[in-house]
Order: sequence, then structure tokens, then C-alpha cells
Amino acid sequence: MQRPNIRTVDLSKTTLRELNQELHTLNSSTDGAWEILNARGFHAVAVGVDAPVSIDVRGSVGYYCAGMNKQAAVTVHGSAGPGIAENMMSGSVRITGDASQYAGATGRGGLLVIEGNASSRCGVSMKGIDIVVRGNIGHMSAFMAQSGNLVVLGDAGDALGDSIYEARLFVRGSVKSLGADCIEKEMREEHHTALAALLERAGITDVKTSEFKRYGSARKLYNFNIDNADAY
Amino acid sequence: MTYHNPPVTPRKSATFDDYTLSEIRRAAQTGIYDIRGAGAKRRVPHFDDLLFLGASISRYPLEGYRERCSTSVTLGTRFAKKPIELKIPITIAGMSFGALSAHAKDALGRGASLAGTSTTTGDGGMTPEERGQSKTLVYQYLPSRYGMNPDDLRKADAIEVVVGQGAKPGGGGMLLGQKISDRVAEMRNLPKGIDQRSACRHPDWTGPDDLEIKIHELREITDWEKPIYVKVGATRPYYDTALAVKAGADVVVLDGMQGGTAATQEVFIENVGLPTLAAIRPAVQALQDLGMHRKVQLIVSGGIRNGADVAKALALGADAVAIGVAALVAIGDNDPALEAEYAKLGTTAGAYDDWHEGRDPAGITTQDVALMQRLDPVKAGRRLANYLKVMTLELQTVARACGHNDIHNLEPEDLCALTIEAAAMARVPLAGTNWIPGVTQGGL
Repeated sequence: MQRPNIRTVDLSKTTLRELNQELHTLNSSTDGAWEILNARGFHAVAVGVDAPVSIDVRGSVGYYCAGMNKQAAVTVHGSAGPGIAENMMSGSVRITGDASQYAGATGRGGLLVIEGNASSRCGVSMKGIDIVVRGNIGHMSAFMAQSGNLVVLGDAGDALGDSIYEARLFVRGSVKSLGADCIEKEMREEHHTALAALLERAGITDVKTSEFKRYGSARKLYNFNIDNADAY
Repeated sequence: MTYHNPPVTPRKSATFDDYTLSEIRRAAQTGIYDIRGAGAKRRVPHFDDLLFLGASISRYPLEGYRERCSTSVTLGTRFAKKPIELKIPITIAGMSFGALSAHAKDALGRGASLAGTSTTTGDGGMTPEERGQSKTLVYQYLPSRYGMNPDDLRKADAIEVVVGQGAKPGGGGMLLGQKISDRVAEMRNLPKGIDQRSACRHPDWTGPDDLEIKIHELREITDWEKPIYVKVGATRPYYDTALAVKAGADVVVLDGMQGGTAATQEVFIENVGLPTLAAIRPAVQALQDLGMHRKVQLIVSGGIRNGADVAKALALGADAVAIGVAALVAIGDNDPALEAEYAKLGTTAGAYDDWHEGRDPAGITTQDVALMQRLDPVKAGRRLANYLKVMTLELQTVARACGHNDIHNLEPEDLCALTIEAAAMARVPLAGTNWIPGVTQGGL
């Protein structure tokens, strides 16, 4: 039974272009709930939204779902292809399944929660976004990550945080290897507090912050120095 | 008996010339490769190696100042709901706020708007000054995504997905710490004073199939309104143009190795990529083979200096050109009036290329407030507009002389080449013959 006040769009009947254009008519004073049916791996579902609405996407999505999202709370009830929530500005995106490469790439704000695993380059070049992954993440995650937080409850692949700037990485499981200029750092009280807040925002209550290790930049490659050439 | 070698004039090596020797000494002293701005300085086959044939008995010319010769161009007619209409086919290439001062960006916007053409953002995002002063603004979508946000994307008149640039195809960028002011640091979301690397690949797509999906996303975000350009450095222009078209580009921007950069390794600038002259015909061929010539527009850049260069690029099949270095010179870069200050920096007017160091006495490639104040954006914008006007008049002069009432009617048949190399690259006959190396067998 369809609930009242929910706008339902069936992508087997409505084109993606019509859906996105209608979403772009919403603004900051618009709230409400949207349900998108038959996502069927479409690319660019619900991109460029700038309104405090909730959007439930039923089915798995292709590339760049919720790209450049502002304000909206998007939930994908399925898995996501590459670049989920790329360049997100604010709001939140939740994936109940797994996410492919580049999840949260260059994101500037908001919260991305991946309940399954994320593939390689999760959080690549992140610029302020918070990402919480319940499962594992692939290689080269947080490459050139500038700011924001990446929380991983599982394991991280090779070269975590390669060429990282000021982003903070919290990993509960193992890290296969660290990338250039990325080191393990002390978990001080402020980090436990920040991590606890991130987990709470992500709705995760079954782990303790004491189970995590923190990683970040050694800041040795911030200014070019010929003596560091072997590190590149 | 002692043998006395008779005196001869000291002979320097052509291979180990003075510059080469000084570079070896510099490398040995510092242990660091040379980084500089601008494009390739070596001599390569260029538009100077082509001549227009002009009208004769077989073709009649048009009267200068009397008979109309259209210069307008429309970019983005393939998919965009709102294509760009420009009065002249000379656009301002992408240059970043960060590499350039806010006053310089302001001046470029003013000059372009006065002349009826577009300017382009760069690796650092869109500034309000630039948007405000630019009637038509192209917003670059770069691997670093510094300053990228959907609001500015929607404020833009077109979007340029930058895959590469002629000065450094396959290379990323570097803005050294001394140019990272508070404002630049904030726009790029990085700490002040550290070197800012711009990635050489996009973070969320790889290859032509992904590019197609990325372009689709950008169109969906902007409701299919904006023309989407794809900019490539000239390396494999036939295939890159074909793949950009396949990926859904409205416009292909092709940048030859003479195209400038804010800062890159000297070895990269001088040794990677194709001269502009060699890149145009393969790109046009790709468009023709796909039946997309004039449907997907081609913008050529890299070493465009005057109206004749523009005319030659258009005759070879481009729809428009872009200028970067020349626009900076027009607003005051490398002005001999500043010779004393260039001398203090160990260089001379015309050779100053340490744009990355932020000490530009002209106030253009700097974030130093005192230096920046030297550049009056209104006057500099006027100079750029004047220069664009002169180039346009020169372009029309050549087009009329060849008998064309629209600059886009210029064609390869209007040209000949002075060298065999230029004839082969531009696929036009060597002067005085009908020989196009690689195409025809020769003869008179």
C-alpha cells in the first residue's frame, strides 16, 4: 500500500531525465519523501538534488547515484555502481548493499554510509565528506584525501591513504598496507569522541571506538623535497 | 720541437649549447628538475610555415570594410539546450585563480566580454569576480575537482571536462606553496602554504566508456542545458577526438604542445605532445569520418598569436581557437617596461616563465597583494579587447582576400606550406607544387 505524501516514480515508466528534472524543481523549503522504483542499474539516479527531501531508491543503481547531492537523504536499497555520492556537498546517502569504486569521491560534506563493502579508491580525493563503511574497503582508498573522515569497520586494502592530506582514517580491522606518507597515529580522546559521533550518525551501535586505529598524514611530502624522491 | 696550434675561433657545441650547459649545471647544483610556466619554447613546425594563396583568376576576393565577412560561431549544437553564441571565434583558454591573480582573472573576463567571446575557469574553481565579469563563462571540470560544486556548475554557460592539456598531456599540476594564499587554500580545501598537487587522472572515471557516463551525469545535473566540451592535449588527436565524440562531447578542445601551463617540469613541456599544426588535421579527419565535422565543434589552442594563426587553424578545419599565453601578454605579462624588475629575478622581458614562484612584477601570475594591485583590471581588460579586435580584423582580412564571406568558409585549399614538414602535417601542398607528402605523388 502506498503511504500518503510519498511521491513514487517508477523508472520503468518515467525517464531518468524526467525524474532528475523534477527533483531539480525542489528547493530548500521543500520537504517530503520520494520513492524511486525499478532503478535497474541506471546511471546518475537522483543527481544534483538540492532540497531536504528523503529519497528511497529501490533496486541497485549504476554510476554516480546521488552525485553532487545537497541536503537530501538518499537511501539505495541495493548496491551501487562506481562513484556513489561523488562530490556530495551535504545531506546523506546510505547504501544497504555494496558500493563499487570511487565511493564518495571528492565529497565535500554530508555523510555516506555503506552497509556492505566498498571497492577500491573509496573516498578518493575526499574534501570534507564523512564516509562510514560497515564492511571492507579496497585498495588505494582515501588516495589524496584532503579532509573529512573515513571509518571502516572491516579491513582496508593496499596503499590506504596514499598521498593523504588532512583527512582522518579510522579502521577497525587490518590494513594490508599504507600508502606514501600515510602513518598510524595515536587515538587520543578527541578522536574517540569524533569517532563515536560518526558511528552514532551512521546508526552503528555494536562496535566500540577502542577497537579502531587511526591513520593520517605524516606530512612529510607536503612541500617538495628532493630527498623524498624515493617515496613518490 | 714544440707544436703551436694556430689560433681559431672558439667553437661552441650545437648539441651542448649555452642553455643546455646551464641546465646541466643547475641540475647538478640543486638536485631538482626545472619547473616553469608557459608552453614549449623549442622551434616546431607552426602556422608560420603556412601561407594563404589569396584570390586570383579562379577565385574572386571580397572588398575589405565593405563586403560582410561573418565571424560568429555557435558552440554546443549537438546536445545542449543552450548552445553558446560568440561574436568571434577566439576564446580565452582555461587558467586558474591561484595560478593567476584575482585581478588577472577579472581582466580576462572583462576583455572577453567586451569582445563578445568566452573565458574559462581553471584548476581552482570559479570566483565571483570572474563570473561577474564574464558574459560567457566556461567552467572546467578537472581531475583535482578543486572548488567543484553544483551551484557553480549551474552558473556556468558551458562545462569543459579536462582530460589533458598541450603543455603536459598525461601530467597533473602543481601549485607551489608560496602561491597558496588564505583564499586559494580555502577554495581548494587544503592547508595554506603546502604544495597543491592536481591529479593527472580523474578520480571517478577511467577510459572512454566511463567518460560517456560522466558526461551523462553532468548533463543530468544541469538538465541538459550546457554545452559540454572535452579538452585533450594533442598526442593521438584522431583517436582522442573520435573517443570524445563517442563519449557525447558537444565540443572538442585540442591543445598543442605550445599551449601554456602555470607550472610543469621543463622536460615535460618540451618533450611530450604534438605541435598544434600536426594535431588539427587528424582531429578534423576523425570528425569527418564520423560525419560530425561542424556538428561537434573543434576548438584549437597552443601558440595562437594573431589573426593569421586563427585563419590558418580555421582553414584546417577548426571552428574556433583559444588563447592563453597571448591573452596574458595582452594584459601585461612580460612587458619590457618592467625590464629592471625582470633583471632582478635573473631573467628578461619575453623570457620570464617562473610563473609558479608568485613574484610576477606584472601582477598577473601571483597572489602577492602588492604585486596584484599593479594590474588595473579595467585597463587590462580593455587591452585584451583591443587585441581580440585586431586579431578578428586580421582574420577577416585574410578570409576576404581568399574570397570568403564567412570565416568558417576558409579551407585547406586556401593554403600552401613553406616546408615539407609543414606540408605533411597540415596536409596542404608544398608551396609552388601540388605535393602533399603522404597524400599525393607530387609534380607541379
